[in-house]
Amino acid sequence: MNKKNPCQDNTCRVPGSQRPQVVAAPADGGVVGAHVAISIDGNEISVPLGTTILDAARTLGIHIPTLCHHEDLCVAGVCRICVVEVEGQRTLQASCAYPITQAISVQTHSQKVRQARRHIVDLLLSEHYGECYTCSRNNNCELQALAKEYGVDSFRFGHPDAPRYEVDASSYSVIRDMNKCVLCRRCVRTCIDLQEVGVLEAVGRGEKTTIATYRDKPLGDVVCINCGQCINRCPTGALRANDPTDEVWAAIEDPTKHVIIQTAPSPRAGIGEEFGLPPGTPMTWEMNTALRRCGFDKVFDTNFTADLTIIEEGTELILRLYNTLVKGDSKMPLPQFTSCSPGWVKYIEHFYPEYLPHMSSCKSPQQMFGALIKTWYARLHNINPANIVSVALMPCSAKKFECNRPEMTSSGFKDVDYGLTTRELAQMIREAGIRLTEMPKSDFDDPFGTASGSGVIFGATGGVMEAALRSVLEFITGEKVENFYEHADIIPVRGFEGIRYVEIKIPEKVGPVPRLIKHLVPNWDWLRGAVLKVGVAHGTANARKVMEDIKAGGKFSQCHFIEFMACPGGCLGGGGQPIPTSPAIREARARAIYQEDAAYGKVGKARKSHENPAVVRLYGEFLKEGPCGHTSHHLLHTHYTPRGKFIG
Amino acid sequence: MTIRNAMTLASVEPGVGLAAALKKDRAGVIAEIRDSGLKGRGGAGFATGIKWNLAAAARGERKYIICNADEGEPGTFKDRVILSEWPDIVFEGMTIAGYAIGAAEGILYLRGEYTYLRKQLERCLAKRRDAKLLGTAVCGRQGFDFDIRIRMGCGAYVCGEETALIESLEGHRGEARNRPPFPVNTGFNGMPTVVNNVETLAFAAAILAKGAAWFKTLGTGKTTGPKMLSISGDVARPGVYEFPMGVTVADVLKVAGGENAKAVAVGGASGYCLPASEFNRVIGYEDLATGGSIIVFGPGRDMLAAAENFLEFFTDESCGQCTPCRYGNPRLLEGVRLLRQGRCSTAYLKDLCALGETMRMASKCGLGQSSPNVFLSVVKNFRSEVLGRTSPEHA
Repeated sequence: MNKKNPCQDNTCRVPGSQRPQVVAAPADGGVVGAHVAISIDGNEISVPLGTTILDAARTLGIHIPTLCHHEDLCVAGVCRICVVEVEGQRTLQASCAYPITQAISVQTHSQKVRQARRHIVDLLLSEHYGECYTCSRNNNCELQALAKEYGVDSFRFGHPDAPRYEVDASSYSVIRDMNKCVLCRRCVRTCIDLQEVGVLEAVGRGEKTTIATYRDKPLGDVVCINCGQCINRCPTGALRANDPTDEVWAAIEDPTKHVIIQTAPSPRAGIGEEFGLPPGTPMTWEMNTALRRCGFDKVFDTNFTADLTIIEEGTELILRLYNTLVKGDSKMPLPQFTSCSPGWVKYIEHFYPEYLPHMSSCKSPQQMFGALIKTWYARLHNINPANIVSVALMPCSAKKFECNRPEMTSSGFKDVDYGLTTRELAQMIREAGIRLTEMPKSDFDDPFGTASGSGVIFGATGGVMEAALRSVLEFITGEKVENFYEHADIIPVRGFEGIRYVEIKIPEKVGPVPRLIKHLVPNWDWLRGAVLKVGVAHGTANARKVMEDIKAGGKFSQCHFIEFMACPGGCLGGGGQPIPTSPAIREARARAIYQEDAAYGKVGKARKSHENPAVVRLYGEFLKEGPCGHTSHHLLHTHYTPRGKFIG
Repeated sequence: MTIRNAMTLASVEPGVGLAAALKKDRAGVIAEIRDSGLKGRGGAGFATGIKWNLAAAARGERKYIICNADEGEPGTFKDRVILSEWPDIVFEGMTIAGYAIGAAEGILYLRGEYTYLRKQLERCLAKRRDAKLLGTAVCGRQGFDFDIRIRMGCGAYVCGEETALIESLEGHRGEARNRPPFPVNTGFNGMPTVVNNVETLAFAAAILAKGAAWFKTLGTGKTTGPKMLSISGDVARPGVYEFPMGVTVADVLKVAGGENAKAVAVGGASGYCLPASEFNRVIGYEDLATGGSIIVFGPGRDMLAAAENFLEFFTDESCGQCTPCRYGNPRLLEGVRLLRQGRCSTAYLKDLCALGETMRMASKCGLGQSSPNVFLSVVKNFRSEVLGRTSPEHA
């Protein structure tokens, strides 16, 4: 799984106080890797040297509460809720941060321990402003759960009756309410270590400590990439997404508005979690019905424009390869970087602006969709685009920023009006009294209802790459990709390894250039036997490693195409997905996504983007100059802003 | 600050200890220190010989000696005197420690408020380099390279805690690390590191110069050697004193001119507040451990005012990292203020005392583990004074 133990390699940027110290191997070489026999609450267990008490207890099925601990992050040991009694030690020990190096005996719920934990909850509540019933995290809050677990029946050490901090709603994506912050610093570690962005840091001392941005500037003005990973890891309601549901409801209830919603592949793999289903329960068809019952006029599948992205981005890749390798023109440099992840887009704009020419000029599927809705779709159905309200259901908080980018108005209107997260849609569904799990199944609406399996797998890391390879390989060889990869599953690019590098050999025998792009390249002779080098990175910390490798002239600089996703796991781990998140939850969502792709094949639906009949129709009727043609450039492509990381 | 009585360090001739150390092998130096029974003079009292031995045995590409000169405990100023008067002895102690554990680099972490000392300390280091007491092949000893640099603290009390000090040295916020493992294994830059107090290192040099046997002639047997004390407050003769370990508080008061004291805070703000009935207790690791701060309270002092002052200090100086310390100190401070106003119920006082216990048990580092001590000891030892207030409505 991605970055399971990020602190163990030397790249971790978290200060030493916020991570476990490496346990030195004993001088006696024979002991290395040895096991230590310990006892927890009287249960004997033998664990590998260096195992934390918390992990050992979990192995035994003993529950120790945690708050600052998160599976994806470094161990901080700051909240102290996980303290346990280690026999012979004067003080209690934080079990999450205590590596076992010798035989010890541990008590996890002695009187001392219970009293300390209760006090810690009392203390947190003494500075936690806000009422549970007015909080976005009501019923899904770790502080609330701890208060219940420790039987808090009064505010023993008081409770603030007025807010101390102004809510920072400056960002399109992330709202910060420091009044609810418990200073677990999970957001800090997420930002600096998991994502290597480093927008948030603890400032001030003692009770004046707060989590702040650079010089306490509004989040909208700093180098935040809007990925929302901090939201997913916040134990309380201190961080939340900028929620547009009121506006969406208002549009739905306005009879003059035609409200459409496009839905990305990841929300359907995650939304079940909001309704008590186990992670990885796909709810695609039930969700369609629920959306209609909420009042959306049309329910479309973003996978349609995911397929379109593959055609446009694949064509762009072929053009870049042709221009660089055959014509020797370096205006469009290699490797080409994907541009579907708005978190990644803002990351590269801030941190590697000099590499923006490598970015595919393709808009993300969300924005391609938006541009087509208010042009082609409006024309087809004779609707005034001014009356169309275009909503995008996304697993993502950065999509909210993206749809507000000034350049995203190529239809003549705001291409996408509102970005809605999985969590926010779940809230709408609950509010409408709809029981998602009991909904009958229904399909997407046309003309954007038809998608291929390739569009579906956009939700998982490696999915864009696999989708692109399926089409590009068929374009070049003229053969079915199944001849090279069983079931067209290009396994090497799949998985959760943070960075992947794959070489794909193009056969000596190439096919004719397909009609769709015939006007762009004369033949494939120049690709005979070539080795296509591709890379995949997810989580911007991994993206950074790849970028540094490229800068240093490493193997990724020799790649032709690299997929970057800002979020760990890809979109399925996006900042708008249900909370909590963990490696296991993301793996389950990925399974749901790959199953849906496989199911497309079983019912005879297209699994490759270029086979999507709706895409073929679009090029026939609307984008008549073909991929990367004039109309396509106007509506489906964009440009980037070199922002840099220095803020005034 | 006045030096009030005879100081061992004044009688240590620079160079003798180092020369004696270099005549021994590394294990021999550590054995000498261990044999002396020297314990950390910063207050925690960890056996110096054991610490050096652990660092010597630990594996690491490089090792470091850090002299903790971040003397921040309220009421302590003896390290300032040592650094002003006998910097050579301190640097010699660091060099000996470097030799013993196999370190090539020493760092003096100097309290920000002591910046005025830096120039003369740098001069002292330059002289030592010229005299080949630092640098390549120290004292002509091939294979033993050792140098010392000075790094400034920035005024955070918590940076006196060794792992927070190391964090600060690495350029991070001064915050304590998770332990174990300890700095002797994983310290500065992840390498084996010995962090010793100024006085500890100076006495280490003295031990090598005068022998472990001499050191053991002082003290109680369990706690050996002399101890330097910073005495302040309601005494006739405040200043820096040296006593053999095992001296009673009453004797200290007699010498400093504070016989009529009502209370003595031993160990500074984070120490224990002793009532007159306990003045027969002794200073030493078996009874009253102290880094050297002795604050004397005369008969007219309000002990709650003292506790309030100390808690204001900790509320401000807590690094804010862990919950018990970050929020516990302000709650205790509010409690003291309620007590002063006669508005604290006995039930709430009981809650606060329990909270103090939790802070001692559950805080991440020594700051939070010791900050409730004064509150708890004042409540315990001056109960009638604490509960004897009336609220304005009743007055």
